[in-house]
Amino acid sequence: MQSLKIADKTFTSRLFTGTGKFGSNQEMEEALLESGSQLVTVALKRVDLNDDNDDIIAHLRHPQFNLLPNTSGVRNAKEAVFAAELAREALGTNWLKLEIHPDPKYLLPDSEETLAATYELAKRGFIVLPYIQADPILCKKLEDAGAAAVMPLGSPIGSNQGLETRRFLEIIIEQSKLPVVVDAGIGTPSHAAQAMEMGASAVLVNTAIAASPNPVQMARAFRLAVEAGRLAFEAKLAPRSSQAHATSPLTGFLSTL
Amino acid sequence: MSFESVLNQYSWKEVHESILAKTAKDVEYALASAKPDLEDFKALISPAALPYIEQMAQRSADLTRKRFGKTIQLYIPLYLSNICENRCVYCGFNAGNSIKRKILTLDEIMAEVEVIKAMGYEHILLVTGEAPHRSGMDYFREVFKALRPHFAQISLEIQPLEAHEYAELTEMGLHAVYIYQETYNRDNYLNYHHAGRKQDFQWRLETPDRLGQAKVHKIGLGILAGLEDWRTDTFFCALHLNYLEKTYWRTKYSIAFPRLRPHQGSFEPNNPMTDAQLLQLICAYRIFNNEVEISISTRESALYRDNILKLGVTTMSAGSKTEPGGYAVENRELEQFAVNDDRSAAEIEKAIKAQGFEAVWKDWDGFM
Repeated sequence: MQSLKIADKTFTSRLFTGTGKFGSNQEMEEALLESGSQLVTVALKRVDLNDDNDDIIAHLRHPQFNLLPNTSGVRNAKEAVFAAELAREALGTNWLKLEIHPDPKYLLPDSEETLAATYELAKRGFIVLPYIQADPILCKKLEDAGAAAVMPLGSPIGSNQGLETRRFLEIIIEQSKLPVVVDAGIGTPSHAAQAMEMGASAVLVNTAIAASPNPVQMARAFRLAVEAGRLAFEAKLAPRSSQAHATSPLTGFLSTL
Repeated sequence: MSFESVLNQYSWKEVHESILAKTAKDVEYALASAKPDLEDFKALISPAALPYIEQMAQRSADLTRKRFGKTIQLYIPLYLSNICENRCVYCGFNAGNSIKRKILTLDEIMAEVEVIKAMGYEHILLVTGEAPHRSGMDYFREVFKALRPHFAQISLEIQPLEAHEYAELTEMGLHAVYIYQETYNRDNYLNYHHAGRKQDFQWRLETPDRLGQAKVHKIGLGILAGLEDWRTDTFFCALHLNYLEKTYWRTKYSIAFPRLRPHQGSFEPNNPMTDAQLLQLICAYRIFNNEVEISISTRESALYRDNILKLGVTTMSAGSKTEPGGYAVENRELEQFAVNDDRSAAEIEKAIKAQGFEAVWKDWDGFM
């Protein structure tokens, strides 16, 4: 399986994970270790940035885990930039998952504010991974803005509905110069495998692991599904149909020229 | 960052060998693939694909219909000048050829415009040789000012310009620029280009990047079939197209594969392309890229053009003269090459209609 490069880091696991919704930090730690994930996102709002012994962070102190602070909870670009600066100082990383959702019900990302914040944060030296609508034009604009990857949603966050935006994800993957990480909505390992077969660079999964009655085993299932999907993409899928044509109605003229 | 850095990652020889190594199985795979990639494209232009020409034509025809409908866009070149400082072995305007040289005055241009408008055209393609002191920005500014009221779209096939010059002309009504690399084989490029600025491979190669930066609406790419191995050259052209689409994603693209025609001078094609191979190539491009415009000029015969007009092309020239002033007063001593399909625009429109297609003369308006 090919490794994945984003900005200055190389990942051998294409399963990115979240840290919310687990029954305990102990359970989270075990599940994330089992997932093989090397990039773990943490909501800034849940971490005590002034406490060096914050319990969530303590459970994530493993050499394989790179932290990806996220700005979940901010409502506009200004708040996002402020939160990002705090995270960089407290957690010692310039990586950032940019999440701006002014809508508390479906937590859908605000495209306009996200684009503005990406310009500003890239200028300030952040490695920005914006969480966005599956909007191909927005993805191209984020490239210009200096994003390090794009993270379009498969369906609303936490919904486990799968790749409802499939047709648009395909266009994004086809056109993007940046890694495409399918984020949000992936509810089952088969959803993750589908995204990887389509050519997504990685997937980010949280609720589907954390909310399972057996998060550790589910984490392993996702690890295997992501690997299977990626291997299938690299092998190239077998064609679905082949047509046979006996006559030559369109090209018969070539023999008369 | 420009296309040069992408091109440098490839070796001509390796690409050439990998195309020749494609098998029938690779071709069948490419034909069945929902989104063929560059490796699939290699299979489709390989010798192994020729027996599949009918399947390719059917797929290409379907895809073209789906995207473009039953239409063929017509275009007409207006040759403004045959003065040229380059010495390109394949071109009638070669500075070393002893032909009469002419650059049209504004009055002469308006005489041409009258004939062209009477044919029904609302779009115009302006063509010159490369002689910046004669047909440079000052000249183009004057010409654009004069032509703007008469045409909804003005396109150019002239020497490469700087990005800011393209941006300036876009403000004045420039729609599209056609800039053919002729060959992507850097090692052999100078064999065909013996003098003039066109000898600068990189300057020409990076012209589409400058066009993208200048936000010109449409960029036309192409190679001159007959110079180097056409398969390898058209692979690099596809690579170029892919790079440009991803980088300058607001821009439209078109592609053409002119085959060498008889012209003043003695150069004979090194690697001629057959009729069947040209059709194979058109179909391969359409299967690879469903959206790109594909144009075919009057270099090809009437019979050939009539037979392929449903199979993948979207754009055709009609009623063309390739000498400056040729519409008002024919003077073949001045021409760039001898046209093959010499029917009038009206006759070509009739031939298009006879196949159940519509000829499109205009798809934009000057006020827009």
